[in-house]
Amino acid sequence: MTQLPGLLDTEAIRKDFPILDRLVHDGKRLVYLDNAATSQTPRQVIDVLDEYYEQHNANVHRGVHVLAEEATALYEGARDKVAAFINAPSRDEVIFTKNASESLNLVANMLGWADEPYRVDAETEIVITEMEHHSNIVPWQLLAQRTGAKLKWFGLTDDGRLDLSTIDEVITEKTKIVSFVLVSNILGTVNPVEAIVRRAQEVGALVCVDASQAAPHMPLDVQALQADFVAFTGHKMCGPTGIGVLWGRQELLEDLPPFLGGGEMIETVSMHSSTYAPAPHKFEAGTPPIAQAVGLGAAIDYLSAIGMDRVQAHEHALTEYAVKRLSEVPDLRIIGPATAEDRGAAISFTLGDIHPHDVGQVLDEQGIAVRVGHHCARPVCLRYGIPATTRASFYLYSTPADIDALVDGLEHVRNFFG
Amino acid sequence: MKLDSMYQEVILDHYKNPHGRGLRDGDAEVHHVNPTCGDEITLRVKYDGTTIRDVSYEGQGCSISQASASVLNELLVGKDLAEAQKIQETFLELMQSKGQVEPDDAMEDILQDAVAFAGVSKYPARVKCALLSWMAWKDATAQALGGADAERKTA
Repeated sequence: MTQLPGLLDTEAIRKDFPILDRLVHDGKRLVYLDNAATSQTPRQVIDVLDEYYEQHNANVHRGVHVLAEEATALYEGARDKVAAFINAPSRDEVIFTKNASESLNLVANMLGWADEPYRVDAETEIVITEMEHHSNIVPWQLLAQRTGAKLKWFGLTDDGRLDLSTIDEVITEKTKIVSFVLVSNILGTVNPVEAIVRRAQEVGALVCVDASQAAPHMPLDVQALQADFVAFTGHKMCGPTGIGVLWGRQELLEDLPPFLGGGEMIETVSMHSSTYAPAPHKFEAGTPPIAQAVGLGAAIDYLSAIGMDRVQAHEHALTEYAVKRLSEVPDLRIIGPATAEDRGAAISFTLGDIHPHDVGQVLDEQGIAVRVGHHCARPVCLRYGIPATTRASFYLYSTPADIDALVDGLEHVRNFFG
Repeated sequence: MKLDSMYQEVILDHYKNPHGRGLRDGDAEVHHVNPTCGDEITLRVKYDGTTIRDVSYEGQGCSISQASASVLNELLVGKDLAEAQKIQETFLELMQSKGQVEPDDAMEDILQDAVAFAGVSKYPARVKCALLSWMAWKDATAQALGGADAERKTA
């Protein structure tokens, strides 16, 4: 078996993930390379979810009975774990949502309804980038359409990086918010946060970072990022679906208006008006995803016990190996940075003129799960003149053998359609 | 191998050597996309009364969607509308069968080469690929002949 420096003990880790033992298509080993879409769930998280429903299930923040108190303690305990995981200065800065999309929509709606100095209106500008996931494009398009604000974006270089050469013209005194992805889900690019944040701060714009592909794969420190908002989701980091996070700076969360109204987000309600609970509850209307938050807390415990720096090193070693092996495949073109430098563990590629759907189907028959399509980042496909890509993405349980299987599988694809 | 049930030789032949590809004169043009995977087709229909004179198309997509458009061209051009609709409905029925329908002789008579797509119906993610051009044809026909409830998109 191929040994690379920095690899985790995947033999031990894989034992924690029951699904990785599954055989598919008449006895083939599952080679799961679709981690950028969703990660698999370790036994430790599954057990916590089971235990929650078997022992503690209740609604939070409102009962006086023992189950309600336990459920509340578990839910709020998960908030503490998230806060520590991202080095948030305060636990009250962690808002639970249902996914990263909801987190980003929440920011857009806070700003759309805000008073000065945060208000986005016809005189102001919103800045995003061409490599955003649709979840960090469409909420801003909606906000721009509803307020008359101008939507601007950074383009991409031929090698899959942000083109920041015109940063001073893109981010201006009119810019109210700059929202961009930390690690691209389609290109794998790790973006230079510092340069963008510095310019945004110069002009007094807020910064929102989509960390959906970062939080699962590297140490995330919201204070070091110096952003104002950071969004990510639980199911890409060993947690369950239905739980996302928005971190926001405390004074902003105090100043900005709520978006969704309902139970739990209020202080007092009369038939004429209401006052609101302090953040984060102000932004958590209705019964939250309680079990899912508790599950995310367990996922954070799991990842933290291994160490995010070690997860990052593991994936970097795998990515280096994958880039090298994939470059041996004839007619394969990597869409995105061609080396493992400043690159995450998602690698998109095209294979001659074989459509990615056909590539994915023939790989699936061999038990290899990849994602095909435009990966909810269609502007990237348009930018590079391709209809779609095939994407392989790795995680802490991925191995060099998985990459070897992919390369062999691609050879089979070429023969099949050759 | 199971995969061969989807990628029948006849499908791969149509993919590699498509019939009637390219845009020509038409009475109506539609553009349909499959939003889950980015398959796209621009399709034109040319009618002579209720006889289909031509179905021309240009698009990008996987082998299934491209082969399906080729088969559509081969099957429908020259047919009367009523007969074409019968073929389209039969193809739709086959594709929505989740692999449960074993095509009989009557179905094979109607669908000819299109019967090769029976295996595709077992793959839910690919059914939309196979139906893309057929939904576009239905939409274009409704527009060309003034149908009121033309479908705009292959949902």
